[in-house]
Amino acid sequence: MEVQVILFAIFAVGAIGSAIVTVTRKNPVASAMALVGHFFMLSGLYLTLEAQFVAAVQVLVYAGAIMVLVVFVIMLLNLGTEQQLAERSSYLRGTLGTLFAALFVILLALAITSNPSGANQLSSKAVEIGTTESIGQSLFTQYLFPFEAVSLLLLAALIGAVILAKRHVQEGA
Amino acid sequence: MDPIQLLIICAQAGMLVNLMLIAAAYMVLAERKVAAWIQGRVGPNRVGPWGLFQSFADVFKLYLKEDVVPAAADYKFHALAPIISIAVAITIYAVIPWSGPLVTIDGHSYGLAMAPQMNVAILIILAMTSVGVYGVALAGWSSNNKYSLMGGLRSAAQMISYELSMGLAVIGVVLISGSLNLVEIINSQIANGWNIMYQPVAFLIFFVTSLAETNRAPFDLPEAEPELVGGYHTEYTGMKFGLLYLAEYASMLAAGAIMATLFLGGWDMIPFVDEAALLGLAPDSIPMVVLGHITFVSKALLMVFVFIWIRWSLPRFRYDQLMNLGWKVLLPLALANIAVTGICLLLFG
Repeated sequence: MEVQVILFAIFAVGAIGSAIVTVTRKNPVASAMALVGHFFMLSGLYLTLEAQFVAAVQVLVYAGAIMVLVVFVIMLLNLGTEQQLAERSSYLRGTLGTLFAALFVILLALAITSNPSGANQLSSKAVEIGTTESIGQSLFTQYLFPFEAVSLLLLAALIGAVILAKRHVQEGA
Repeated sequence: MDPIQLLIICAQAGMLVNLMLIAAAYMVLAERKVAAWIQGRVGPNRVGPWGLFQSFADVFKLYLKEDVVPAAADYKFHALAPIISIAVAITIYAVIPWSGPLVTIDGHSYGLAMAPQMNVAILIILAMTSVGVYGVALAGWSSNNKYSLMGGLRSAAQMISYELSMGLAVIGVVLISGSLNLVEIINSQIANGWNIMYQPVAFLIFFVTSLAETNRAPFDLPEAEPELVGGYHTEYTGMKFGLLYLAEYASMLAAGAIMATLFLGGWDMIPFVDEAALLGLAPDSIPMVVLGHITFVSKALLMVFVFIWIRWSLPRFRYDQLMNLGWKVLLPLALANIAVTGICLLLFG
């Protein structure tokens, strides 16, 4: 068996396992840490697909920045085990959950049956596409407009956050 | 990848990890010796000649100590935190180009470096430094002690604030060298002179942020003894404490090595001088690679010495001073550095 296949199996099982742990834990910190583990497994999967840049950025942005903030907030608020949500069961939630689960299973079945051999061969171009250089090139030429639009959105969100924080300070003072 | 290659890589990794952990243990001794020297004391001198075996004595002592976990602590995360800390530090070692290729077996060359040719090595280093927050934050939170929690929270805030400026400082180097690959960055420095000459501001920012990321004085607020007892590792004993302690020194050595790679020319001994031609040797012959390795390690250790020197010279920052320095001084400076570098490259490059 090839090393790549073994690594894929390890990372795939790890990703699914950590995802299940993420949604089943009641302790928010345990949940968050399992999600961090999940991001690492995803990053490993990207590496088996020769996408080094995406793999590094996955860890840098999601595990290293976003989840750190999430963990920071959880620790700051010192949330205990959350019981309140679990007590209330509603028909709406049950129906919607079943509906989306069914949709997901159908999508999964479609994806598996459309590629009956089960082997998704990596094209020889994959290595070229995964480099930082080619991603940068297409980001600043072909996808320049969407890139700028996203940066404008982020800037707006940033200014919004600053204004909300400032108003809070003035009210408190 | 054939089994023999896999076996060699595993052996290489094992060797590197052990060498680096011994180096980290010896850096603890170096810290005590330098501290003693700066303060006009003798320092540890009882175990072995000049106290050279003190590190082993310390580690054995830590191994033999009872491992106490507070009753109210979350024991799983309490055990996980030191593992994360040390794993992050060791992962960074994998991409650092400690030496050039030394031996060639079956057409594959191996040196002391694991993956120096990785195309996104700098991103891996930045990713791992940012993941390092979890070790400290979890250690603080899981101990269920308010001093530890304060230390953990401070460290999380501090690391998030300073890793931004760190990443932006590195961009200046990447702009000049035109690569994220550490070996190519070193080669461009051998050809064009060291990056510290072109990027002094970036070097300064990187140096200050490394101090903050490794929780060294004057940025050691997460473990400030007078106010927080020991900060995030107050509730740790035995080898778990030892691992947190070793991880701090291991990441210090990693920071020194990264600075040697990015700014101080890596294996290059004297800037603008072709040492190989001067000594009459081929550029990638074994003696040159060994000399380059010694040069690299000396530069890294020099930076570590400066780290220690600063710890015993400067007082600790106050928390608001720390945040002001990070967000109002270093971040704008790093952004301006990128703009100026870009304009200069456009005009003269």
